[in-house]
Amino acid sequence: MNILVCVKQVPDTTEIRIDPVTNTLIRAGVPSIVNPFDGYALEMAVRLKEAAGGNVSVISMGPEQAKNALKACMAVGADAAYLVSDRAFGGSDTLATSYILSCAIKKIEKDKGDPFDIIFCGKQAIDGDTGQVGPSLAEHLGYPRVTYVTDARWKEDHLEVKREADNGFDRLRCPETVLLTVSKTPYEPRYANIKSKMAANRAQISIITAADMEIDLKRAGLKGSPTKVKRTFTPVHNKQGIKIQEKSQERAVKRLIQLMTEAKLV
Amino acid sequence: MCENTRDVWVYIETEEGKAKAVGYELLTPGRLLADKMRVRLVAVVIGDQVEKIAKKAIEYGADQAIVLDAPEYKVYNTDVFGDAMTALIKKYHPEGILIGATNNGRDLGPCVSCRIRTGLTADCTGIDLDEESGNIAWTRPAFGGNLMAVILCPDTRPQMGTVRPGVFKRPVSDESRSGEVIHETVQVRTNRIQLIEHVREMAESVKLDEAEVIVAGGNGLGSRDNFCYIQELAQVLDGAVGASRAAVDNGWISHAHQVGQTGKTVSPRLYIACGISGAIQHIAGMSESDTIIAVNKDPDAPIFSVADYGIVGDLKEVLPIMTAEFKRMKTGEQTDDNHGD
Repeated sequence: MNILVCVKQVPDTTEIRIDPVTNTLIRAGVPSIVNPFDGYALEMAVRLKEAAGGNVSVISMGPEQAKNALKACMAVGADAAYLVSDRAFGGSDTLATSYILSCAIKKIEKDKGDPFDIIFCGKQAIDGDTGQVGPSLAEHLGYPRVTYVTDARWKEDHLEVKREADNGFDRLRCPETVLLTVSKTPYEPRYANIKSKMAANRAQISIITAADMEIDLKRAGLKGSPTKVKRTFTPVHNKQGIKIQEKSQERAVKRLIQLMTEAKLV
Repeated sequence: MCENTRDVWVYIETEEGKAKAVGYELLTPGRLLADKMRVRLVAVVIGDQVEKIAKKAIEYGADQAIVLDAPEYKVYNTDVFGDAMTALIKKYHPEGILIGATNNGRDLGPCVSCRIRTGLTADCTGIDLDEESGNIAWTRPAFGGNLMAVILCPDTRPQMGTVRPGVFKRPVSDESRSGEVIHETVQVRTNRIQLIEHVREMAESVKLDEAEVIVAGGNGLGSRDNFCYIQELAQVLDGAVGASRAAVDNGWISHAHQVGQTGKTVSPRLYIACGISGAIQHIAGMSESDTIIAVNKDPDAPIFSVADYGIVGDLKEVLPIMTAEFKRMKTGEQTDDNHGD
């Protein structure tokens, strides 16, 4: 069983602050982490490997620095890691990114002489929050896919997954090759230990550049991206609301209802 | 036959013959776009026995409806719906497509945009026409709601976007409106993923997206048991119960109740945030509510920056009083009616 997990290195968005003067994101000093949903996907992949044998590879697209994210994945169960990195890929939107990843995956499969049976992605990255790269990658590769998966288990001869639906969940039977995008799992990903961290630090990470694969560069990078960012802004919230402070909470609530009545809200 | 209609499409997602609310909601920005672009607004309805939904969409403002109505569309799956939508786009060549950002909508969107090789903007909260270029301007939050980006798709068509449920209000229905309903049939492949069973587990009472009043609790509740304060107030106001991510992560209430960036986006008439500090991720999901009341111990909590009315205090004290007062007003109204003087 060949399993591949796509991971993205992202800034920890819970640590992001807004510069009050320029009203822009302060990215300096914000720690980089493995996208949490990719972490859930990796844990699910490693559990499947442990149950049925095989190997788990991880792939990421990004700058050299994203090697750290791949090493973190190797410390918690990934067996091999690939970094897709090239200046020509900068500024790619979800369509271009998924196309580049599909070219890199085809190259890895060709080198190994063995296709990936299951490809995992997180349901979305916490920086872009688009959730589009996974499903688009499935389309480029021609894989059937299931999105928003919360659990995956081997049944006798097939993989069964649980998918979040708007009013509950679906249980689905997957074919032999499939791409899954993973939402929050009912279990937490495992932690690395000192030994696994040290081994991961020594591990080789293969770098794949544009020159290494068959790719139409017109479909990559900023120029190959159909969507363009026109502008960005930070949402400002400073409603001049009324803060009610009274001697007792009874009076505060009475005051609230009085104000709401005056505003014809009740 | 190929037609270059250049229309604006709104995809009306259905499930077991029922339309999801977001499809009708999107007819509001769809109408605005179509009028500004001087094209028709077309509702695309795919499902099983959905003729009445197509008619309803016209009453809500669509000029025309394109319908795929067959048993194979009863339940969503990527392969069949992806083929169906792609075939329709290749036939009619619309200018723009709005899709509700439900799990299924966010599954369908990238499948289709990838095949057509066009741009798709995810999870938008604002839609308008970029007057300068004549393109659709899609506004969406990124970085957990810390940053908003305006996205254009200048060179490829159709311009596609998924749009968050609960952001736009459903248009007013006008039963006198009429429009053509076109029935299509397209060739679709066999679904490669087999559905074993669909399990409904969400209580109907959750219904955050359709509630007029939402009472939401956060970390400040302190315990699962204290959610009773939220429930009692919600009950008196005929409202739904919401929660912040912290309350969900603490295991006090299910994810179905979560409001915010990774939960539901809501815009009820009245939103009462109790013990919710107001992280940007939460505010991203409720700041468009008509009236917001915040109850929080910390006078500097960011939730007060979006609140119309704030009460600084312990919710365990404040909420029972509010519940009692609103209950008294409710029964008081009835008593007044009975008096008749």
